[in-house]
Amino acid sequence: MSTQPSTSLPVRLLRGFAMFWWDFLVGDTPELFVATLITLGVAALVSLAAHANGVAVVLLPLLVILSLTASVARAVHKTRR
Amino acid sequence: MTAAAASSPTGLAVLVSAVFLACAVEMVEALTIVIAVGKTRGWKSAMEGTGAAVVVLTVLVAIFGPSLVRVPIDTLRLIVGGILLIFGMQWLRKAILRSAGLKAMHDEDAIYAETVAELEAAAARPDRDRLACIMAFKGVFLEGLEVVITVVTLGTSAHHLGVASATAAIALLLVGIVGVVVAKQLSSVPENAMKMAVGVMLVAYGTFWTGEGLKVRWPGGSSDVMLLVLVGIFLAVTWAAIAVTRRSVRPLEVVT
Repeated sequence: MSTQPSTSLPVRLLRGFAMFWWDFLVGDTPELFVATLITLGVAALVSLAAHANGVAVVLLPLLVILSLTASVARAVHKTRR
Repeated sequence: MTAAAASSPTGLAVLVSAVFLACAVEMVEALTIVIAVGKTRGWKSAMEGTGAAVVVLTVLVAIFGPSLVRVPIDTLRLIVGGILLIFGMQWLRKAILRSAGLKAMHDEDAIYAETVAELEAAAARPDRDRLACIMAFKGVFLEGLEVVITVVTLGTSAHHLGVASATAAIALLLVGIVGVVVAKQLSSVPENAMKMAVGVMLVAYGTFWTGEGLKVRWPGGSSDVMLLVLVGIFLAVTWAAIAVTRRSVRPLEVVT
């Protein structure tokens, strides 16, 4: 017999929905989630606040590449430990 | 991306390829779970769970799908761009690690074994196997939700929701037919190559639409040119990352 209090269906559905998005966006790569937020923030500052279009064009793909390589490097480092 | 540019053949080809490959990969994963459930605990429960998941997904799309059209296009593209960037980078990361030999080449074998082990550990019920039904539902629903997100985000942002939906339907149908015909786990599907191609396209789209959402004026004057440039850049980065990762892993393999 379960000792946990039973939760209502809406609560379980909401929890499941939140868990799905957490797994989908964060999962086992929280660094990619954080890096994407930083990329969006920096690109927004450069494009919308500083109106530096040329910088934004170069910076946006560059930040994405850096995020990806940093995440791969983290995974490689983890396997070495 | 302007409406005219979004309708151009190259832009459409990238969209169709990305949706097709992404949906095929998700369908392979869902089908692996359904086949594991069906073969272990019977097809009735597997089909009940699958049917229920498809119904719930359809209801969710019908409820939330139309509301997306009302979101301002720049906001939508920024959100979609962010989601595609995260999703695409997760896929690319996994594909790079697999190609470098740091991860198993297929998820399917592990998914199949895990599902079968879980089902065999629980006692089967002769009449109606609730656990099997739930496992089939969960597998199809979660993978299906990823299909829905991919189709809705890519389709809505490119103003081609119809094309994206039709492409997804064809991909699901094709993989479904192959799965039914072979009726076994689909580990022979070149999943990593497909995942890598989708990852590159999702990251390219994500970068492009994030920029569009932030009012970045891409060079070239056409979305086609910039999308292809971005696809080329991310493809080159992926290959370079695989080469570097392989080199850095090899000495370790010799040692161990």
